[in-house]
Order: sequence, then C-alpha cells, then structure tokens
Amino acid sequence: MSIDTIEGHGPAPEAGATADTPVLEVTDLNVTFRGFGNNPDVNAVRGVSYSVRSGEVLGIVGESGSGKSVSSMAAMGLLPDHANITGSVRLHGEEILGLEDKVMARKRGKVISMVFQDPLSGLTPVYTVGDQLAEAVTTHDKKIPKAKARERAVELLDLVGIPNPEHRYRSFPHEFSGGMRQRVMIAMAMANDPDVIICDEPTTALDVTIQAQILDLLRTAQSETGAAIVMITHDLGVVAGFVDRLLVMYAGRPVEIGTVDEIYYGSRMPYTMGLLGAVPRMDLERQGALVPIKGNPPSLTDLPPGCPFAPRCPIAQPECDLAEPELLTVGAQPSAETIRATSEENGQAPAQVEDTGDRRVACIRSGEIETNDWTAQDIYPVPDIPEAEGTGGEREHRAEVLRVHDLIKHHPLMKGAVLKRRVGTVYAVDGLDFDIREGETLALVGESGCGKSSTLMEILGLEKPQRGSVEVMGRDVSTLSKAERFALRKDMQIVFQDPMSSLDPRMTVFDIIAEPLVTHRVPQDEITRRVYELVGLVGLNTEHVTRFPAEFSGGQRQRIGIARALALEPKLLVLDEPVSALDVSIQAGVINLLEELQAQLGLAYLFVAHDLSVVRHIADRVAVMYLGRIVEIGDTDSLYKSPSHPYTQALLSAIPVPDPEKERGRAHIVLDGDLPSPANPPSGCRFRTRCQKFVTLSAHDQEQCTNVEPQILPVNGGDQGSACHFAERQEGAV
Amino acid sequence: MSSTTERPDRGSQTEAPAVPPAPSRLKDVLRQLIATRRVIIGFAMLAGLALLAFLGPVISPWGITERDYLATLDGPSPEHWFGTNRTGQDIFTQSAAGLQKSLLIGLLVAMISTAVAALVGAFAGYFGGLTDRALMWVADLALVLPSFVILAILSKHFMGASGWLILVVLLAGLSWMVTSKMVRGMTISLREREYIHAARFMGVPPRKIILRHILPNMSSLLIADATIMVSTAIIGETALSYFGLGVQPPDITLGIVIADGANFATTAPWMFLFPTALLVLLVLAVNMIGDGLRDALDPTSKSRRS
Repeated sequence: MSIDTIEGHGPAPEAGATADTPVLEVTDLNVTFRGFGNNPDVNAVRGVSYSVRSGEVLGIVGESGSGKSVSSMAAMGLLPDHANITGSVRLHGEEILGLEDKVMARKRGKVISMVFQDPLSGLTPVYTVGDQLAEAVTTHDKKIPKAKARERAVELLDLVGIPNPEHRYRSFPHEFSGGMRQRVMIAMAMANDPDVIICDEPTTALDVTIQAQILDLLRTAQSETGAAIVMITHDLGVVAGFVDRLLVMYAGRPVEIGTVDEIYYGSRMPYTMGLLGAVPRMDLERQGALVPIKGNPPSLTDLPPGCPFAPRCPIAQPECDLAEPELLTVGAQPSAETIRATSEENGQAPAQVEDTGDRRVACIRSGEIETNDWTAQDIYPVPDIPEAEGTGGEREHRAEVLRVHDLIKHHPLMKGAVLKRRVGTVYAVDGLDFDIREGETLALVGESGCGKSSTLMEILGLEKPQRGSVEVMGRDVSTLSKAERFALRKDMQIVFQDPMSSLDPRMTVFDIIAEPLVTHRVPQDEITRRVYELVGLVGLNTEHVTRFPAEFSGGQRQRIGIARALALEPKLLVLDEPVSALDVSIQAGVINLLEELQAQLGLAYLFVAHDLSVVRHIADRVAVMYLGRIVEIGDTDSLYKSPSHPYTQALLSAIPVPDPEKERGRAHIVLDGDLPSPANPPSGCRFRTRCQKFVTLSAHDQEQCTNVEPQILPVNGGDQGSACHFAERQEGAV
Repeated sequence: MSSTTERPDRGSQTEAPAVPPAPSRLKDVLRQLIATRRVIIGFAMLAGLALLAFLGPVISPWGITERDYLATLDGPSPEHWFGTNRTGQDIFTQSAAGLQKSLLIGLLVAMISTAVAALVGAFAGYFGGLTDRALMWVADLALVLPSFVILAILSKHFMGASGWLILVVLLAGLSWMVTSKMVRGMTISLREREYIHAARFMGVPPRKIILRHILPNMSSLLIADATIMVSTAIIGETALSYFGLGVQPPDITLGIVIADGANFATTAPWMFLFPTALLVLLVLAVNMIGDGLRDALDPTSKSRRS
C-alpha cells in the first residue's frame, strides 16, 4: 500500500485532542486501484473529506460504485496492498493513514470499529458466537481473565437483544438468523467502547422488520458508547431519520454535504435532487411518475475532465464539461465566465478541502438552483404516463386473468441417506386465495421466507397443485392437456429479480428476446420485426441486439428481461422483485417503464416485492403474506391508510421514510424476533409469536389466537380483508 | 461495457421503417473464429498433418510394411527421409500411415466421448429423480469395469478394414463417465438459474433447454475435455498397442511407431523423435483450435472485443 499523507496544514497532531477536535477527520482522500496488465487504473475515491465529532452520526449515500465503501475501508486501513491511497485520515487528531498494520490493528476494534454489510460472512463458522465476542474483548486487553471476557461477552449479547444470552453464547453462527448475526456483529463492534463505528450498509441484506430492529439497536449502541457513527448506505430512507449530517457521493467524489434537513428539503445538486425524486414514497398517496435519471454512472477508469454527472444532468451547461466543480458553499461557485477563463489558462483554483461543517455543493449552478428554488420535478423531464384506457369500470366486471384458490405447496423434509424417511413438512405455501383482474396490479408482499417465490413457481408451473386450484384466464390448470398448457403459457410470462442470472450469458439480446417467439413457432420475418419493435418499446437501441447481456448495466438487462416477457403479448406479467437489485436512479426508470407498458398494453401484473414503498407506487391491490398465508389483502390506498392486521401495521411502520422531519416524528413498531420456521409454524394465528397486539390481549383472547386459525374477513368496508381475530378494533397507524 | 447508454426516447424506433436483419449467432461465432490467429494456425497445422497422413504413404517410395534390408537402423537420408528402424522399415511412411489412424482415432474418440458425457450428464442433472439414478448407475457401472481386460478380450475384433472403428467406439465408451459426472454437477447448479426457469415458463421443451441453454453454458468445460481427450485417446491406444491389444496389423498407428522407437530413443533418436513430434504437433493444433473456439463461444472472454 503506498500512501502519501498531506503535511503542513490543519492542526499539528501534537496539538492534542481537545473537545472540539473531530474524532475522525478524513481529508482529501484519494484511492486508486492500479490496473494489472493492460487494464487502466480505477480511481475509486477522488478527494473525499469529512469529519465526525463525538456523538455525531454522518451518513454517506451513493449508488453502487460511488466509492462510499472504499473510502471507509481506506480509513480503517483494510484495503489491499495494490491500492494507492493519498490524503489524510486523523483519528483524535493523530494521523493513522500509513500506520503499520500492527499499530493499526491495536486501534481497530478499540478506537474505530466497523459493522459490515454481509452478516453471513462476518463471523467465523467454526467458532461459537460467544468465543468470537470474547476474543474481540481479549485481543485489546490481554490481561483480562477468560472468565471476565466471557462475562462481558454475555453482557454484550444481552445488550444487543439476543434472548437467553447465557445459552446462546455457545451457539455457532449458522444457528443464528441473519438479523441475529448482524446483532452479534454490532456487539463485536461496540465491545471495546470505540469512539467511531463505521457501518457499511448494515441493513441492506435484511428484511424490513429486522432492519427496524437493527436501526433501533444502532441507536442504542450509540447512546451506550457515545461513539461517532459513519453510516454508509444507498437507502435514502434509512439515513433520513438516523443521521445528523449527510455526504452524497457520485463517481468517487463527494458532490454535496450538509445537514439532513438541508439536503432533503433543499438540495442544490441535481444528482441529489434526482436521487430524492427517484425514490418511491410510501407516505405519499399520489406521487405521480418518479424522476428517472437517464444513463448510467460513469466508469471510474477514464473520467472526462468535467463534472462526472454532466452527461446525465438535465441542466448541464457547456461549462460543466470544462472542469470538475469543487465542493463549495452555495453561491461561492465561480461564474461560468471564470470557469472558461481558468480552463483556458489550464490552471485550477485552489480548493478548500477540509470538512468545515458547512453545507457545500459541487455544482456550478447551485447558486442558480438556490435562487430559483428548483426541485427535481422542475429540472428533470418527468415522463407523462398515460392513464390506462379500456380497463376502466368496476373491478367486478373486468375479466379475471388469474384466480388462486386455497393453493398449498408443502415440501417434505427428508432425512437419511439410503432409507429416506419423512421427518417433517415445510409449509411453504399454505392456503392462498387471491385473484387478479384485467389491467390491474396485485402486489404480493412479505419478508423473505414467507412463500412468495414458491407461490410464483406453483402458478407458473401450470401443473396441478397439491391442493386447491389455479385458474389462468378462467381455465383451471389441472384440467389442461399438454398442448393447451403450452398455448396458455403465452398469456403469462415472468420477469425475474436478478438481472444477472435471468438472461443466458451465451445468447445475444436478439436471441434472448426471440426465444419465446421461436418456441411458439412464429414465422422468422415476423420474429425479426417483433424483436426490434420490443427493443424500442422497452427503451433500448436497435444496435444493442447483437450484444451479449454482460455488456449491459443492471437496468438495461432488466429491460431486456421485460422485452422477453412481453414478446408473446401476455395478458399477465409476473414480476418477481423486478427492481430490488437496481440502484435507485435506475429503479425509477424501470418502474416508470412498467407503468407505461401497463397503460399502453393493458397488462395485469402480479408484482412480488418486499419493498412496500415500491408497492405503494405501482400496485392497485396488495396482499400481505406471512408464513405461507395471506394475512391482509385489499386495495392499496385503504390498506396503507388503515392497515388492520398487526403485521401489516408493523411492516408499514418499519419502513423508513425519506423525509427527516416525518421520520423523526414516527413511532416505529419494532417486532420481536425472527420469522418462525415454515417447517414448524405456531398453532392458531401464525403471527402471534411476534405480534405486538397479542401481548396486550387478555388471557381469554390470547387463547383464541393460540387455538383458532383466523380466516380472512372483510374489514373497513370495501375490498380490504384481514386475517386477525381482533382486526376491527384497530385504528390505522402509519 | 459501461459506455452503453439508455435512451428513454422510445416511440421513434418502434416505427423504424427499415427492419435490420436478424443477427446470426453461428455467423458471429464463425467470424470470431476466423479473426483469431490461434485458430487459423491450429487449423492450418491440422490440415497439414491430415495432408501428410493421407498423402504421405502415397508419395513415399516405400510401402508401409516394406523392408529395406540394405538400410537397417539408418539415420535420415535422401532414400529414407525420417530414417529406418531396426528391420529396415521406412519411418516416414510408417509415421504418416500411423498418423492417419491416430488422427481419426483421437478426434473421433474425443468427439464421441465428450458428446456422450455431455448428453448423459445434462439429462441426468436436468431431470433428476429416476432418470438421474438410472443414468448414473450406468456411469458407475462403466466406471468399475476393468477397461483393459475388456479391450484385451475384444482385441481380436479390431482386425480388418473397419476394426479400428470398433476400437474407437470402445475407447469412447470407456472414457465418458468422469466427465459426465462433472457435467451433471454443473447442470444441477445451472438448472436453478433464472434463465432456465424463464425458458421453462415460456414453454421450451426440456430437450431444447438442455441443448440451447445448459450445454452452451458449459462449453468451456466440454471443449477443454474434448481437447484433452484427443491426446488421451491417442496415448491410450498407444498403451494398448504396446501390449499388442490395440489396432492390429497390418494397420498401424502413431502409438505403435512411437512404442517401437522408444527403446531406441538414445541410440537411434530419429525412430522416436519424428513420430513423437507429429503427435506433439497434433495435440498442439487441437489445443489451439479448442482454445479459440472456447473464446469465440464465450462472450465474456477477455480476448473478445465488445
């Protein structure tokens, strides 16, 4: 690792740590990964500066590849040797960049610690959780006796809310769920009362209800240790209620820094504005079309000289391409004339690099945005999504495209190698009822493991289900002949979640889109015409068809997947988490496309998602699933406004809203524990083990929950139904 | 890769009057192959070797079994281009004729055994259940058969004009099992990919899914296997011939010539060097073609410009 530190500016390290010295101060950090062979260098981080004071929470947001993780890894000294780091990282005023790994190791975990994104690989699988925690304690104080360290580990486990910590001390990581593992990681990070905790997307891999638990825990950890927290995330909702100050990164550079309120309510950088406009909002009733940011983030290997966002910026000027704008206070940006003059002289104005705590923006038009008070809707061209025609009228009068009645899917649990015997049953899907009418969108929502994907596979398989019935276009699939089943597949197509694995890497885009047409024996010249039509329809270019999937970005690949699904002109499109793998700005474009297509072609969507914000934006009706059953179903507006099932309420309340003011004022319902195993669901109401309502009930009422399985009964009038014995007594609480 | 841009302005393309012709995958691969120098060299070498193998015995003044009693164990000379062996047979003629059979045996065995392995493995892995168990049972059975003994017992059938064909079938039949197990493992993991699900849900029959999606996605493995198999088959046949169990006289293979010359490698190096060089060239050519083919089929490979 070659490191150059900046000398001769700022307070000398010897000045000592006063109360005002930031705990962690990063100044002009640059990280370059040298390319091997013929590969060009990657400038992952370019001039990042920030400082966090004790007890302060700084958020760093940016899309994937914006350098947010790399910059924090550099601060921790965790980057590989071939990374070239320059700049300065001061911990309590002491320069730590360039310290020997051994010296750094003494600080890591003690003064500065980190919570990683992936709780699966964060713990060593061969040691017990408790021993790993005790190790975190003893590494920094060898004199601590083993029993003391153990005691501390149990205390920490208790602190992070692991039930029965004495007993769980001896558990191995694989016996813990993802959320619990992340708790252990946090316990480890706070084991030695560090002064800074860096959290690298700590909740990205977790479900919403678990995310709420973890965010809650992080707040506790902060108040417990008084540490400064650097929160790295791509989720604008998570940071809104959690952080004090926010740093927005784009293409390895900070583009805006300020307090959360300043940025959320008055962003002056087009990128941040676009990002905020692109987030679907759960708390708004009619949001209108999302703001798509066109194009893709630039590659970090050879950036043009100007502002890296200029090619995607709706208000870019010729001056934007001349020089990269510095991070300056609003109004302090040089005028367009000055930029032209300096770029002709080929000199760069000396920049102020340290984080002063002021709100600063890297956009030469920030002053203009400030004076005109522009918002994302003003500067971004928002597509006009036409209202669907022909599908109007009462829901009951429209044709049913899909009806699922009492569908179950049970997997046997087998044991033994030679003589297999059944030791149990996984109740993946256990009695589902719903229908979808022409031109409407039904969203199937639930946490991972609730049986959403199993349901889809059952429906799309068009085979006779284990119990119940599936009717597609009014035809019961169990009575179909082989030829009829083949013909029926035309009417129902799927778009998958992962744009990486849903397209055959060995086929060109043309062949991929043509495959359904070839399969259904469409004549060759008709295929060619149709493929080009579809390519245009989903917003790709004609010259794209000869390329392979690997050459496209995630959003474009998802468009190819949509084109393939549309090839046979289906009436029902099954969307399996189609946007959850995409960045916010790209996601907005795909959501808009889906809405547009629905309006144009009159499609019905079965939209499977775990993100309730996206669902509110796109769905007409929502079905909430829990452990293989629907707990609440109804039209989107009434369900979001007055959720009647405790689980729906908890789900809705767990989602952070990208609005700092609202978010701070919201009371979150935090559910206890994890999803029970679908192999052994609780008796009676399946949700009762985690239910916030259950604990408030009288013993007599609790008995009913424990013994009687609730059926879906209408609540709140209209179309909303809920499977809770005590649903009607509830008031809506968002 | 990342230079591609998304253009949200649609509508204009949908009415594009001139519909460009459909791109052809086969043509693309061929173009790719021809553009790779390695493949051209490989094909040229293979063609040269084939030419030598089929024209060599014709242009040589000596017959395959003909003995020149005046020149036994002679070095290369104008009469005997590659020298002679201990009984005065012409090494050039023998090598060329041997190459002819070895070339056919090597390529055919490689192709047959890889094809069988791919099909058996992919079908077993894709269908699972009973098909899987039946096919893997056959593979396991073939694996425990003592191949050498079987070949020894059947060696008397290798005589005659098409005797070597029986040998080819037997060699291929005894060498596909390990690869088929690898293919099966890969198929099981590929089967759960979303594009396979997508194909299933659009109604593509299983047979076509295997041929269109599964096998192309393991072409790297199959090509590597086939190239290795070429040399393995030639060498395997050599080993058999050494014990007199391979191709039977008057047919001759490169293996027989090499085995014959191996004892004289230090005293009469030409007996050993020339046929061995031919074998090395053959394997090299096959490897070069395989390498190029793999790159041409793999859209993510480095050597491919996008």
